[in-house]
Amino acid sequence: MSERASREKRDPLARKKARHTPPSARSRAMHAMSARAAMGRFVLQVCTSCGTATYPPRDACPACWGELAWQDIENGGQLLSHTIIHATTDLYFRDHLPWRTGTVALDAGPIALVHLHRDLAPDDRVEVRILLDRSGNAALFAFPPDRGFDMTDPQLREFIVPVQGKTVLVSDARSAIGLAMVKALHDAGAGLIMAGMLPPTRIADADHPILRLPDVQMVPLDITDQVSLSEALSKIGGPLDIVINTARHVRSGGVSGGANIVEQRRAFEVAAIGLTRLAQSCGPMLAGRSHGAFVDIISSDALTGSADHAGFAAAEAARLSLLQAFRHEIREAGVRVLSIFTGPVEDEHHQSIPPPKVAPARLASATIEALQKGREQTCVGDVADDAMTRWLADPALYAREKNL
Amino acid sequence: MSRRPSSYDGVAVCAPVTVPYVRFSPESAHWWAGRALQQLAQVAGLQPADIDGFCFSSFSSGPDSAVGMIQHLGLTPRWLDHIPTGGASGVMALRRAARAVQCGDADLVVCLAADTNQIDSFRHSLAGFSRFSRDAVYPYGYGGPNATFALITDAYMRRFGITRADFGKLCVAQRANAGSNPLALQRKPLTLDAYLAARPIADPVHLFDCVMPCAGAEAFIVTTPEIAAERGLAAATIMATIERHNAFPQDPVQYRGGWAMDIDGFWDAARIAPTDVDTLQVYDDYPVIVAMQLEDLGFCPKGEAAQFIRETSFDIDGDLPLNTNGGQLSAGQAGAAGGFQNMTEGLRQIIAQPLGAQVPDAEISLVSGFGLVNYDRGVCTGAALLKALR
Repeated sequence: MSERASREKRDPLARKKARHTPPSARSRAMHAMSARAAMGRFVLQVCTSCGTATYPPRDACPACWGELAWQDIENGGQLLSHTIIHATTDLYFRDHLPWRTGTVALDAGPIALVHLHRDLAPDDRVEVRILLDRSGNAALFAFPPDRGFDMTDPQLREFIVPVQGKTVLVSDARSAIGLAMVKALHDAGAGLIMAGMLPPTRIADADHPILRLPDVQMVPLDITDQVSLSEALSKIGGPLDIVINTARHVRSGGVSGGANIVEQRRAFEVAAIGLTRLAQSCGPMLAGRSHGAFVDIISSDALTGSADHAGFAAAEAARLSLLQAFRHEIREAGVRVLSIFTGPVEDEHHQSIPPPKVAPARLASATIEALQKGREQTCVGDVADDAMTRWLADPALYAREKNL
Repeated sequence: MSRRPSSYDGVAVCAPVTVPYVRFSPESAHWWAGRALQQLAQVAGLQPADIDGFCFSSFSSGPDSAVGMIQHLGLTPRWLDHIPTGGASGVMALRRAARAVQCGDADLVVCLAADTNQIDSFRHSLAGFSRFSRDAVYPYGYGGPNATFALITDAYMRRFGITRADFGKLCVAQRANAGSNPLALQRKPLTLDAYLAARPIADPVHLFDCVMPCAGAEAFIVTTPEIAAERGLAAATIMATIERHNAFPQDPVQYRGGWAMDIDGFWDAARIAPTDVDTLQVYDDYPVIVAMQLEDLGFCPKGEAAQFIRETSFDIDGDLPLNTNGGQLSAGQAGAAGGFQNMTEGLRQIIAQPLGAQVPDAEISLVSGFGLVNYDRGVCTGAALLKALR
């Protein structure tokens, strides 16, 4: 028997660390809060009759029994009391003890139990944000006012996706969006960036200075081809923490007039079936990680369809639908699924579209920010913002407008 | 201003029974309820047909309520109540049963609380406890009631300058009182040093501030003095009672309970003063709640519990014998039966049938209840003054 020590750092006999998620059952009203928190909003229910703000979520106003409506509201408050929990029967929190919580009197009125930043003490002023916990539910977290996200607070790290030192796969790194994403990941300190290169790789692409950065590794990858995907994943020498799906197939055209069936099929192959393929292959890898995340760059046309990019919008709509199902499926494993909505991008696919358009670098920096704030849904640029606002306000009207 | 409640003339409370607690039980709440009825049958010579009123409280009888329980246990009452208020259920059961008997809706009401505690059942009952808890408490560290009362204790200690040593004195006295109670789950003497050195559970709550969940059952009978006498049962009368729910909702952190809203009328109705009380059986899920009640029930002004605790002896032969069976902190917390054990113990002391040591010359017991942390505080409160019927 060889006496030589193995170069493998992980113990092949050790049992894998079991990943638990926090308790996830919630009322319907609480899910409504989570849906808004997913967009990074701070909201409370406010009575439409008497204006009383209330929390925890209710189904009638406790002051006058009037109807309640969600409202963006001031998020300041004062810490009244605090505790450090050392004992719990819950498996998730047992893994993360000790855990700090506190009681906050919100300036808006209600009293809230919150997760507590380690630098806070009773009577301190606080700023409360609604983050999403590892089960994807709204969670109030009190921060010292005017302080950024403190990535070193172990409790806060449970609510976000740190990028520094992580291994990230960018599914299409050859596009303008993909290149910008690789650069942003590099700048954010990612440990290893696997840059998917849609074959055939041209020499000009491979020579791009961004792809020559020391922490970037190019790998041939076509997510419409299972063999290509499996080979690419097999080249990742260790665990995979984050997948950023930048692959898309943007083509203009209608449904009857000017429709190109070949292009439409390709759009679905990339956006919809490609997403499923990526999710199937990468999901189990992400599930074993402490901060696994899947980020999808998606067109805001997915919300309603689009008369002049009908096939593309349809494929993006299918992608959105699959993404929502995937998000729900993988929540149990504690993996976060993030959607980054964008309108037309300043790239070769949108040459004939007038501004406003989103610069790829802006899309990339918004993605990094979404990860580091744990935000599930982000709109980047004026077009996506406008689309989401209209869609939330009146989806039937917006679908009509978009397809006129 | 509320109307003054009628007296409880024509009502007797008797036959306190306790089914010995165990830490974990494979049996159901139904089994525990059955054992309590069996004890009552022995004590009071009861047959199922003698029970024409039934008042039930339990966290673990699901899916059965009082309805399932009466068919399960073979009762045919003409008056039925189910009380979901846990720690406040003993006083509430007493109040409801007393009026039913007084008004002739029932002649003999059995008030019964039974809960089992199976391995891991505490975690499951926590998870489904209340909508607010599920939405906005348990996802925050899942500390259970320990964490909620830690927040209340933290604010109370800073507001009123009460110390862990003050709380410790209460816990040490209750443990000493448990020493003579053969049914108490924790009877090993507790020193103040051991109390102070215990491991933290959720700061500032430490190990000996917490009750031990267990399985058990408690019951008593509410009937007329005549029926009690016919059956040869020593009994007590009800001097006064109060009940209040969701009191002071505007208090940001709970520092007083519903007792404080109604306490003046309570002592007026009983025509006695706190100094006339011989035994004090207050709900004691955490010592901070005991301290709060010393104030809210009128034994000392708000904010002066620390001073009162330092000046008072709470032992069985002390100035104010407190939770003389050891309370939940030493005897164990058998779910909803935890809200009944101070009723049965208060009753036992004044009818001279204690489980352990007898408080000398005890005639009047004050019994309180406190129940149900729906969100950030206990919602239900009640209190009753019992006097020996001699």
